[in-house]
Amino acid sequence: MDALILTIIATSIPLLLAATGELITEKSGVLNLGVEGMMLSGAVGALGAVLWLGSPYFGIIAGGLCGVLMASIFSIFTINFMTNQVATGLGLTIFATGLTGLAGAPLVGKTVPSLPKIEIFLLSDIPFFGEILFKQDFIAYLSVAIIIFITYFLKYSKSGIVLRAVGDDHQSAHSVGYPVKKIRWYATCFGGMCAGIGGAYIPLVLTPHWSEGMTAGRGWIALALVVFASWIPWRIIVGALIFGGITIAQLVGQARGWPIPSQILSMMPYLATIVALTVISGRISKSNSVVPASLGKPFFDTQ
Amino acid sequence: MAIKKEPEILLKASKINKSFGNFIANKDIDISIAKGEIHALLGENGAGKSTLVKIFYGVLKPDTGTIEINNSEVSISSPNSARKNGVGMVFQHFSLFPALTVAENILIALDKKIKFKDLILEISKLSKEWELFVDPLKRVSELSVGEQQRVEIIRCLMQNPKLLIMDEPTSVLTPQEISNLFKILKRLASSGCSILYISHKLEEIIELADQVTILKSGESIATINAKKTNTKFLAETMVGKEITDLKKTNSMNVTKDIALELKDLNKAKETDFGISLKNINLKVNYGEILGVAGIAGNGQVELMEILSGETQCEKENHILLETRPIGFKNIAERRLLGIETIPEERTLHATVPNFTIAENTFLTYFFKYPKANNIISNLLNNPQNSKIESENIIKDNDVRCPEANPLANQLSGGNLQKFILGRSLANDPKVAIFSQPTWGVDIGAATSIRQKLLNLSNSGKAVILISQDLEEIFELSDKICVINDGALSKILPVAQITAEDVGLLMGGKLETSNEMEST
Amino acid sequence: MITFIPRDKVSKNWTIIGPILSIFLTIFFGLLIFTFLGYNPLETLYQIFLSPFSRIDRISDILVKACPLIIVGIGLMLCFRANVWNIGAEGQFIMGTLLAGSFALLFPSVETKFFIFIMIVIGFIGGALWAFIPAILKTKLNVNEILVSLMLVYVAMLFIDFIVRGPLRDPMSFGFPLSKPYPEGAIINKIPFPAIGYLGQLHYGILFIILLIPISWLFVNKTLSGFKINVLGAAPKAAKFAGFKQNTITITVLLISGGLAGVAGVIEVSANIGQLQPEVSFGYGFTAIIVAFLGRLNPIGILFAGIIIATVKLGADNAQMSMGIPKVVTGLFEGILLFFLLTGETLQKYKIKWSKVT
Repeated sequence: MDALILTIIATSIPLLLAATGELITEKSGVLNLGVEGMMLSGAVGALGAVLWLGSPYFGIIAGGLCGVLMASIFSIFTINFMTNQVATGLGLTIFATGLTGLAGAPLVGKTVPSLPKIEIFLLSDIPFFGEILFKQDFIAYLSVAIIIFITYFLKYSKSGIVLRAVGDDHQSAHSVGYPVKKIRWYATCFGGMCAGIGGAYIPLVLTPHWSEGMTAGRGWIALALVVFASWIPWRIIVGALIFGGITIAQLVGQARGWPIPSQILSMMPYLATIVALTVISGRISKSNSVVPASLGKPFFDTQ
Repeated sequence: MAIKKEPEILLKASKINKSFGNFIANKDIDISIAKGEIHALLGENGAGKSTLVKIFYGVLKPDTGTIEINNSEVSISSPNSARKNGVGMVFQHFSLFPALTVAENILIALDKKIKFKDLILEISKLSKEWELFVDPLKRVSELSVGEQQRVEIIRCLMQNPKLLIMDEPTSVLTPQEISNLFKILKRLASSGCSILYISHKLEEIIELADQVTILKSGESIATINAKKTNTKFLAETMVGKEITDLKKTNSMNVTKDIALELKDLNKAKETDFGISLKNINLKVNYGEILGVAGIAGNGQVELMEILSGETQCEKENHILLETRPIGFKNIAERRLLGIETIPEERTLHATVPNFTIAENTFLTYFFKYPKANNIISNLLNNPQNSKIESENIIKDNDVRCPEANPLANQLSGGNLQKFILGRSLANDPKVAIFSQPTWGVDIGAATSIRQKLLNLSNSGKAVILISQDLEEIFELSDKICVINDGALSKILPVAQITAEDVGLLMGGKLETSNEMEST
Repeated sequence: MITFIPRDKVSKNWTIIGPILSIFLTIFFGLLIFTFLGYNPLETLYQIFLSPFSRIDRISDILVKACPLIIVGIGLMLCFRANVWNIGAEGQFIMGTLLAGSFALLFPSVETKFFIFIMIVIGFIGGALWAFIPAILKTKLNVNEILVSLMLVYVAMLFIDFIVRGPLRDPMSFGFPLSKPYPEGAIINKIPFPAIGYLGQLHYGILFIILLIPISWLFVNKTLSGFKINVLGAAPKAAKFAGFKQNTITITVLLISGGLAGVAGVIEVSANIGQLQPEVSFGYGFTAIIVAFLGRLNPIGILFAGIIIATVKLGADNAQMSMGIPKVVTGLFEGILLFFLLTGETLQKYKIKWSKVT
């Protein structure tokens, strides 16, 4: 049972991180559909760094940096050149798929050491919960810290209020004197960092070797999770665990030989995403104040 | 109280120039504002008023020119530096964030650090002191327009400004709210704060201002002592020619034949930000103009959409054209029946900006072309069919175009509005419904548009005029009603209602009755 | 510092300069990345962009490769013009192919070539049905079509995998996940040329494009329905003002684009594969997104765009064989190309002004 819950948690962490980052990006009014691409580049960057430098911790840093790099490309085009965010985001994923395929070719067939678990003194000795909550790896702790941080940040810090203001009405934010483009750059890069680390988690913990397109749609599911969570950070945890659970359930099903074809089981996370979106969207369309009002709209500043 | 002293100059701007591409918004403007003075900035739409004050507030950067505050030159590079120099501004369309609370909205425009608790205290202190009551924990999206303006004013007052800029503050207020605002502004001025007040309403300026600077086509053409002038002189200086009065002869032609009727119409809002229409009853006769007054955001948009057919009625007999129920007809079908609507937004709603004039004509004419027995030409029903009609509209309505068949966004606001009006009126409607027809157009065009409305009712058509401009409503309407929070007041003939009453109705202070006036 | 100044009028020059400049910039940046990753840039340049033109049969293979891209691209053009973001054409391609293929396998002895027309219709229905899911969810429940259509790609991939490994597997396939071969009537033949025989893989499916391009051009430029689609994309409120039904248009463009993706699948498989297998699409549905944009959402533009992108795809195949570069690298070029194309659209509306940082 412990082991099962641990794998569910591990499966949900890339989703959790990527969705949290995208939530911050979207709160600033930027819709970055390139999460899948940023995760892929995080994964390949992490693998490369670990093979080159040895320690898995370098993988985390490299993953984050690769994500930021991808987010910067997205930012230059959408924020500075005011391109269509939907199309640019798609372009980013397509670009990153190609780039990581190229960069990952020399890594094929090599495996990396897994990210070590860190036991928290005393707490890890608590029966059941200690095993699940306090014997995790660094990224798992980090992702919980990020969620707690951004919950506080968005609600109580002035910078957080400014971020929400920029996503709510960029023209007003400009009038009040905030640098809209700069703030969006930061928010998008934060999203890139989270997606990159989330992507890094896949080779560092889940499957320790490179394969083309190894994120398998997790970036898109993360995007759906933001909608599912109605842009409220803690709900992402719930959503990510549900998706982690569904993914593991299909693996368990395959392992135990349930009389359902494996492909049909593998569809579950994708179908669940559609169902989740459907349930939530019906509600959101009636109360659309949860969606950042300038989401996806390019900002042109007259000077 | 304030002690009289020699006027000391607070802000002095010299040779301000600003252009956008080929368009010159400000040209060599000089202006100086004394301490404790209420200085009005008067001019038509597009005269460069907003550009100038945005430069003072650091939102725009001047191409050339200098600004001195207290006799020392300053560079106002951003709103933050404007605030540091003691300049505060209340924007025409506000700079508020609907999804944030009042306190959050105020906090993010504060440059000093403050604890949230202290902030709330300070807001309540200020709002008591200046009688600007708002709940700091409410979301701005839940506030009325008047309340939103209070938030903007409090936000400025938090900074103890030396100069308060107000961009067209009264366009969204009821007469009562306006007189309250004027009291506050006068009190502020007497406490030593200068006020730069932008308006195109002449009475207001005479009532409120000490000095008035008139802008025309980006240039400052005169600065006059406002206490020693009159509205006629101001108007003619502003426009640069004598103003022709409207020929109002309409009330003779009002008939007793009902053209359009709304009966107990209810419509629940579709989004959080919308307004539900509540039990609306309305009648308009042939030959009359019915004015619907009200503050923005009280259901005008929703009423307009239900009248036009863009949104569906809940019941077919909620709307009657003469006696025929048309509640389920869509906008194209209603056009065929002779109901034309002119929406408030000229671009992206009434027209597609990057489509040609012929395509924009086709937009509301497409159903005219299909012919029986001609499958091929019906299959290929396209904007080419509207070519001649669009040329006629341009010719008949004196629409000035930079080239033949231009894109809609190549036309100026006034010319685009002339085209939109011409496109509707060429269909010879029985009922015409206008929303804010003269919003943002210059006085010349506004006069000609208003004349068209009068002519329309003179020729026996029914006209509904939804406008926030009370002057316009009183000038044109035969009957008046007020929309407030999605409910419509009793409809009264213009002779039986005063501007004060309308103001009270607009603010929701008078009971609104849904009974129909039986005339 | 770069600042943008709005133009008074959309620049017509940039409409043409944009895509051409984008292609050159893409080649430049692409080669920069290759050099950085240690590949010989000139060799890569030759393999990816020129080798597909080295022989006449290779040139005709470009057309074969471009065929599905153009068909799917035309469908997506309608969606994108209406501002409907169908990015699941890959899934619609698969489902159209699967439905038509399963139908063909029901008639193992059909010989008449008219059968192919029935398959095209069924393929259209299959793709349209798959696109109907995001269409109905978007119009009825306001569910984001981007995510739904994309999720359905993964579902479709798994579904065809299940079908060809399960119910439709050929018992004679020696354990390979393949269906039985299509009947003779379901095969699209290669075009024979007098004296020279066949030109590469050039097949009769090309005729479909010759038909599709003028029809779609007429549709978007000369019909009321096309006008409605354009208005909805340019100004949804104006569409409402005209009395066009937004939901109907949204559903229509999704159904047509899904249907065309399905048809593309039928033609591709009937001409080049001749049976069902787990992988039938090779990313055509995604690549067609780039084709639609590169073609500036215009049928004639899409024809050229399809040919250009097909060249790169074939070039990447060659580069994989001769240089060991993984062929997913086409995505690299496609992504950069899309970035520059979109920037070109901004430059249609804004002038650039260079100014010194103050």
